[in-house]
Amino acid sequence: MKILILGAGQVGSTVAESLVGEANDITVVDTDAEKLRQLQDRLDLRTLVGNAAHPSVLEQAGIVDADMLLAVTQSDEVNLVACKLAASLYNTPTRIARIRASDYLARREVFSTDNFCVDFSICPEQILTEYIVKLIEFPEALQVLEFAGGKVSLVAVSAFEGGPLVGKPLSSLRAHMPQVETRVAAIFRQDRPLIPEGGTVIEVGDEIFFIAATDNIRSVLKEMRRMDKPCKRVMIVGGGNIGCRLAKALERDYQVKLIEYNKKSCQRIAGELARTLVLNGDGTDEKLMQQERVGDVDVFCALTNDDENNIMSALLAKQGGARKVIALINRSAYVELVQGGKIDIALSPAHVTIGSLLAYVRQGDVAAVHSLRRGAAEALELVAHGDRQSSRVVGRRIDEIDLPKGATIGAIVRADEVIMGHHDVVIEAEDHVIVFVVNKAMVHKVEKLFQVSIGFF
Amino acid sequence: MQRTLTVIHSLGLMLMVFSAAYLMPLATSWIYDDGTQIDFLLAMVWTSAIGFLMWLLTRHYKGELSVRHGYLLVVAMWTAMPAVATLPLLLVIDGLSFTDAYFETMSGITTTGATVLTGLDDLPQAINIWRHELNWLGGMGIIVLAVAVLPLLGVGGRQLFKAETPGPMKDTALTPRITETARNLWLVYLGITIACILSLKAVGMNWLDAICHAFAAMGLGGFSTHDASVGYFNSPAIEFVLIVFMLLAAMNFATHFLAWREKSLKQYLHDAEAVATIALILASCLGIAVFLWWQGTYPSFWTALRHASFNLVSIATDCGFASVDFNQWPTFAPMWMLLLSCIAASSGSTGGGIKMIRTLILFKQAGREFLKLLHPAAVNPMKIGGSVVPNNIVFAVLGFIFLYFMTVAILTFALLISGLDFISAFSAVIACINNAGPGLGVVGPANNYGVLTDFQIWVCTIAMLVGRLEIFTVLILFTPQFWRR
Repeated sequence: MKILILGAGQVGSTVAESLVGEANDITVVDTDAEKLRQLQDRLDLRTLVGNAAHPSVLEQAGIVDADMLLAVTQSDEVNLVACKLAASLYNTPTRIARIRASDYLARREVFSTDNFCVDFSICPEQILTEYIVKLIEFPEALQVLEFAGGKVSLVAVSAFEGGPLVGKPLSSLRAHMPQVETRVAAIFRQDRPLIPEGGTVIEVGDEIFFIAATDNIRSVLKEMRRMDKPCKRVMIVGGGNIGCRLAKALERDYQVKLIEYNKKSCQRIAGELARTLVLNGDGTDEKLMQQERVGDVDVFCALTNDDENNIMSALLAKQGGARKVIALINRSAYVELVQGGKIDIALSPAHVTIGSLLAYVRQGDVAAVHSLRRGAAEALELVAHGDRQSSRVVGRRIDEIDLPKGATIGAIVRADEVIMGHHDVVIEAEDHVIVFVVNKAMVHKVEKLFQVSIGFF
Repeated sequence: MQRTLTVIHSLGLMLMVFSAAYLMPLATSWIYDDGTQIDFLLAMVWTSAIGFLMWLLTRHYKGELSVRHGYLLVVAMWTAMPAVATLPLLLVIDGLSFTDAYFETMSGITTTGATVLTGLDDLPQAINIWRHELNWLGGMGIIVLAVAVLPLLGVGGRQLFKAETPGPMKDTALTPRITETARNLWLVYLGITIACILSLKAVGMNWLDAICHAFAAMGLGGFSTHDASVGYFNSPAIEFVLIVFMLLAAMNFATHFLAWREKSLKQYLHDAEAVATIALILASCLGIAVFLWWQGTYPSFWTALRHASFNLVSIATDCGFASVDFNQWPTFAPMWMLLLSCIAASSGSTGGGIKMIRTLILFKQAGREFLKLLHPAAVNPMKIGGSVVPNNIVFAVLGFIFLYFMTVAILTFALLISGLDFISAFSAVIACINNAGPGLGVVGPANNYGVLTDFQIWVCTIAMLVGRLEIFTVLILFTPQFWRR
């Protein structure tokens, strides 16, 4: 595919990196020549300096024969104009825009073909916020990802000493919870994937991925480890776009404190938020943290722009007695470094948000993509089409499907019904199939499997 | 000096406009043929002649008003208008002193509703209409009216508008042009008044009483055509209609305007003041009713609720009607009503006092102080109804409150020196500065201000003026900085 990416910021460069690896022709446009040079040094793609909302720049970038436009610059307005131009001047088939302002998002007609012609709008900050909200809702989980419009969830949890299932084989799961349907999709032991089988024994420190209907998550989590007290107090450091959104999303149900360094931003944020206590200060100031009793905090989120600050304040908070600490870390090297140490969850914004973009880019009918284990593994929601003749999955039992090794079918959503991926389930057309892939290299094979052969048309 | 002449020029113009107000009593006197036609005609000619002369002699000084002269004009207008408005009273009522007549017209135009006159039932209809018309005109503000009808005030109009409109935050422009804003506010006011007249007629008043009481209710003035006030009618239906319209008048008219323009009642929920006022008044009505019933003042709860509701709403909104002599109730009830009269009315309404918005701001300010003690690093801007109130407004409110209480204290002492008892003195000052009307003791609802000496009458007159113009506008004229070049 020929893909044109506007904006070489964090979102633009991550998506470029991810798409280059999947055999696409990428052109990146930005006004900052330095950023583009860095990008070109690392990746095999074309770059162009210029204003992404100008037709001449778009033409030079090759929009005329592009298959897809990803407008992900910092400015909503530039993204909207670029989509409009692409649609009306160049007939670009797919147009995706990053839109942050809730004003636009509240009026969906802005994106219609009569107006700005945006096929899909994504808001990385919003996705990240929802992701963190889930983590706070389920403080025991490392990751909570939703599929099929929230009907099914994939939850990552690490097995702790004293959990009812720890030290027992997986087959005892059913005996433990006869009323709850769940399925373990994968287990990572010392960062190496295990294919879960009935006889696999869960050990302390295992990272377990299980799939269950969203309503059942809580009861399954209870089996994996002793239940923590529910969260009440949340402390956020950094009142930027994400911190502010998170506080807004949480302040109804939790006691939220937000620490922001910039006094002017504090004033603005405090004006926007209704019940959050906004504090002016440094997120790495241990005196301030003690004063605000970080020891009583259930979840501490360090969400500033600065990786090092986030790591330091998360470490300080953990030291001070915060129950669970989350740090936002942009640099992937740091993420590997700190995850699983004193910091409970190292969040890489790129990995969290890339999935929503990838779902549009992938071949086959992909409804959702979630990056797991910092991009190493992936969970996909694919829609099965066709019949037994034209498709290689429809009309077949799960154990008849030629899945690559390391890929497992976790669950199937048929209309409103959630079916666990047991070996004897037969897949029907229009089923949403949730596939867990332990190694990203196999994703392409899985997608191919779900493509309908030519005979179908 | 030149600028002062400009003020006199504008004042002359406004007096000429004001003389048109005599048309209504004039028409009434023709209809009822009560023999006051010639008096009102005379008053009208005199007023316009004085205005014309002031305007003519200073015509070379026509020009834009500066900010400080805007204040001078507003205060001059609010002292000159009641003065000329006394003309018909002095001409018609024998033996009325200028002091008493000025008190009466000032009470009318500041929407206080306190009266020195007895035998209201026997007054010529035209005089009653005149008193009530003053109530109504003063309610929305005579200068707002002038801004609405006189485009010639130009940019200075916004300044005048601000100096007269009650409330701490006056920059919420409803429309781009101040003339348009003033016109819309008056149209809403006129519309609700007509609805009130029709409702009162429907529940059994005659046209004259309906018009008079609607004027008094909407202006939150509280004049009545009867010595017994609304008690004369002894009708729960009339009391109920008046309660509804008094509450409407005690809300910000900008909110009424927005609700009308957006065709949605949601605007009222977004108005933090309206919500607080209604909640406070409803809770107080119930509480006082239970209290009166428990104390045995009224044998049945429903009678207690009826009288408590009407008199409490009337005093709390600074209207001043009375249906019973609440002075006879156990002291807690009337005292609570007086307290409400200080705080219950909204900014931008026709009521007086400190206003609910200032109360809310101070209440939240107190909360902020507590929070600051617990969390020294907290950034906690003042928010009312979801929007941030800048700190300078908080300080302005604190300054206002200080001046308000100092004024109350000084005027109370002035009345005490003159020999009035404490309850009467204190309640008279509170009732006058809040533009509520009846006080307690000798100035209670069953009596009137006629018993006071001339000196005491003047103290109360000053209280009414200072209260209506929200203290700053009047007191600024007495600061040396104002007169310094």
